[in-house]
Amino acid sequence: MRPRQVILGIVSMAVAFVIFVIPFLLVIFTAGKTAADASQIDFTPPVRWQFWQNLVDVVQTRDYQLLLAYWNSTVITVGAIAGLVIFGAMVGYVMQRRDTRLTRALYFVVLSGLMIPPAVVPTIWLLQEINLFKTLHGMILIQIAYGLGFTVLLYRSFIAAIPRDLDEAAIIDGGTPLQIFFRVILPLLKPVTVTIIVVQAIAIFNDFTHPLYYLPGAENVTVQITLYNFQSQFVSQLNLLFMNILLITIPPLLVFVFFNRQIVAGMTAGGVKG
Amino acid sequence: MQRRSPYPYWFLLPAGTIFAVFFLVPTVASFYFSLTYWDPFEARFAGFENYQQFFSEPFLARGVMNTLIFAVLTSGLKTVLGLLLAVLLTSGLLGQSLLRSVVFFPVLVSTIGVGLLFQELMHPTEGAINVALEAVGIDGPGWLTNPSLALVSVALVDVWRGVGLATLIYIAGLATISPDYYEAARIDGATRWQQFWRVTVPLVRPATTTVIILSLIGGLRLFDLIWAMTRGGPGFASDVLASVIYKQYQAGFWGLSTAGNVILFLLIALLIVPLALHLNRREADL
Amino acid sequence: MTNRLTRSTALATLLALSGGALSAQELSVLIDNNAATQAAFDALIAAYTEQNPDVSFDIELRPGGGEGDNIVKTRLATGEMADIFSYNSGSLFQALRPDRTLVAIGDLPNVAALNESFLQTVMDGEGNVYGVPYEAAMGGGILYHVPTYEELGLEVPTTWEEFMANNAVIAEQTDKAPVIQTYRDTWTSQLFVLADYFNVQAANPDFAEQYTANQAHYADTPAAQAGFQRLQEVYEAGYLNEDFGAASFDDGLRMVATGEGVHYPMLTFSLGSIQQNNPDLIDDVGFFAQPGDSADSNGLTIWLPAAVYIPQSSDNIDAAKDFLNFVASPEGCAAIVAANGATGPMLVPNCDLPEDVPTAVSDMLPYFEREGGTAPALEFLSPVKGPALEQLTVEVGSGIRDAASAAELYDQDVAKQARQLGLEGW
Repeated sequence: MRPRQVILGIVSMAVAFVIFVIPFLLVIFTAGKTAADASQIDFTPPVRWQFWQNLVDVVQTRDYQLLLAYWNSTVITVGAIAGLVIFGAMVGYVMQRRDTRLTRALYFVVLSGLMIPPAVVPTIWLLQEINLFKTLHGMILIQIAYGLGFTVLLYRSFIAAIPRDLDEAAIIDGGTPLQIFFRVILPLLKPVTVTIIVVQAIAIFNDFTHPLYYLPGAENVTVQITLYNFQSQFVSQLNLLFMNILLITIPPLLVFVFFNRQIVAGMTAGGVKG
Repeated sequence: MQRRSPYPYWFLLPAGTIFAVFFLVPTVASFYFSLTYWDPFEARFAGFENYQQFFSEPFLARGVMNTLIFAVLTSGLKTVLGLLLAVLLTSGLLGQSLLRSVVFFPVLVSTIGVGLLFQELMHPTEGAINVALEAVGIDGPGWLTNPSLALVSVALVDVWRGVGLATLIYIAGLATISPDYYEAARIDGATRWQQFWRVTVPLVRPATTTVIILSLIGGLRLFDLIWAMTRGGPGFASDVLASVIYKQYQAGFWGLSTAGNVILFLLIALLIVPLALHLNRREADL
Repeated sequence: MTNRLTRSTALATLLALSGGALSAQELSVLIDNNAATQAAFDALIAAYTEQNPDVSFDIELRPGGGEGDNIVKTRLATGEMADIFSYNSGSLFQALRPDRTLVAIGDLPNVAALNESFLQTVMDGEGNVYGVPYEAAMGGGILYHVPTYEELGLEVPTTWEEFMANNAVIAEQTDKAPVIQTYRDTWTSQLFVLADYFNVQAANPDFAEQYTANQAHYADTPAAQAGFQRLQEVYEAGYLNEDFGAASFDDGLRMVATGEGVHYPMLTFSLGSIQQNNPDLIDDVGFFAQPGDSADSNGLTIWLPAAVYIPQSSDNIDAAKDFLNFVASPEGCAAIVAANGATGPMLVPNCDLPEDVPTAVSDMLPYFEREGGTAPALEFLSPVKGPALEQLTVEVGSGIRDAASAAELYDQDVAKQARQLGLEGW
């Protein structure tokens, strides 16, 4: 490494520290302060740490609403991802293997799904008609519908790299299409599946807009909605507001630490293909 | 007899049904409902009244303008800064991979969390940003309370949050450029600056296309960040189509809200499709 | 009169029913999640079940604001509403299409005795009554810091001129903010306009009617535009608190309670929050009506209480009606006052407030006791109300737009709402 690269690196790290790291440090510091100390945001660590007390206060707000919110968000995320992975892989598989007019037309439908904003109020009307408005399973189906575009495109491009010989060998062995898909293809898709799970889990967990429209009601709160709702209550207690922000930042941080490579792969592939 | 395909079409059914019911049906229905006065009790046919309303009412029309300004501004900044950061972060400098992670991390954080955080940081007198500016003798502006600044402030936060993704895409794009090009340019006596403009910029074009299109779509559709930071205010200064759509829905004007949705849909289609074709054609010309 | 006839038949039916048919019934209740509403219903239900041990209740909470509106409307439209639900009176109530969705309860014995202005706000075009109140009436006016007034020797103003003169004294002699505004919570910006309605109707008694019929507007009625003008004046005089653009409703209440600011235009329901957050300072906060141009016509703009209603889709209409009759009785009212304290006058006859009430409430009561001392806010007299008022008043109060232009734009906003609702004449 040349001296120029060292100096440039140090300067860049200093700038990145101010722009990207300090805001998060502020969150951590403020989340550990007393309400009075937190009223003036500054760059000093707390004089009196009351991290645990603040954590308990936030969790207890409105009858442990945050715990309910974590539960709901988890149910939605897990349910939607199960559907996305299985159904999305099936579509990507057939689309890639069978090059017909139908699958080519579908490709453009999938692309448009990535681009078009959902028609929210008509969707609410539809959900009401089929009794899925304000239900977790309705929300799961919505997240599947909105996430399919990304998932299908990623699977389709990945399946292109799997040699057809493998399917053909299985066909000759007399496997049914379902057996071939579940026993031969799906296991081979594991790397891209991990990517899809991680990227979509973050997107669905962080989603605010769609639960806001489709999942109103105190019993249906999700993590992002709780954060938004609590801000009015925490307006004079910045320590609690920032503790709440911190609690919501931890899950993606953990995911980022453990799945950094998959996220990077997924985001770039999704970006370049989409 | 024709052999049954090992790749049966019914594999498309589960996903296809969900997509059709929850995405395509509402999208098609929105064209009808945008032509009605619609509330929880009934939908009465209104002709093009809702559209007329959208373009005659100053604050609704302003929402359309703001949407365009916001999308172009954030997309432009993300493209330029993303490319520069990507070049910097592939130059082999000290702490390169750490820096990549730091720049990328905000992409993963909840938008609402980022919005509320910056709402506090941008408080005119007690916010950390103005407190820091004051320490060096600058009287900071009302980032979110000054009507001519609010939209730009939110756009800057959006860039802060999203530039990591653009950088990532550019880094992937830079990796595909063969070092031979730079070698050849150096032999021709090109300066670093010339190499950047003559080699990097043209050859990284596919990534540029992706970044521009992704960030434009994201910018046109943005709702959560604006809602967390300003709710379209002060007054209507930072209203965009997505916040207008939500407000009309809240007011019980479902037809008008849906008309806004159709306008957003058309805006995206009219902007993105020609742009994508244009950018891809220039790419093919190279 | 047919009215009395139906009433006595209903009474007979009720008496007959209470003999046995009412036994072991469960009533579902949907109320908003405001703490005061919950306390009121807990108290009402406890008092009612003591007399009617066979009836039980299942309470469900909903959010307030726009989200709550949507929930109530949607559940009514789909026939899934609880047996009893709480909702605003006035124009919001009208938007529920009461004649098609709600049960008329004018035949209940206690309903006819309710305050007449209140009944007007839960009535359809034909004169059928649908709801009974479960909270006190509110005033919309100016909360003020009493110790500052005493210190500076100021008197409660009865004209706008006196009010501005007081502001000038405060600005000159103290470093307190004469007027508090809090635009982080945009709805709080509307008070100067909404609370000015007493003065509007004093100058133009037919305004509400003409306004509903699209004959009078804010832009072409000087008295109506005055509310916007007043807001502009306070801004231009530099009387607002620093950071008014980023201050919240809670900040505003804290400021008027501690004396960081002296005047805060607000609704009196907010006294409950001061009681919660600064109980020791509650008697430092006084209240007066928003002054108008003339001291001769000084009075208070009031907000009538929200009410409880019964949907037509209910399976337990008779039991629900019996409960509503109880809510409208002096015993029911006493239960509410016991739970929530006195925040304003109750509109049920023979329901007295305790002697010891907060300063601001005792400041408010004389307006109610004086003939012609109060007028309902415009939203109780007309179904026409535009949703963008709070953004427009933020613009005027921040100096982004002048009063005349805001009044004009608000007229357009109102026209939009009237057309969307399909009102006649728009």
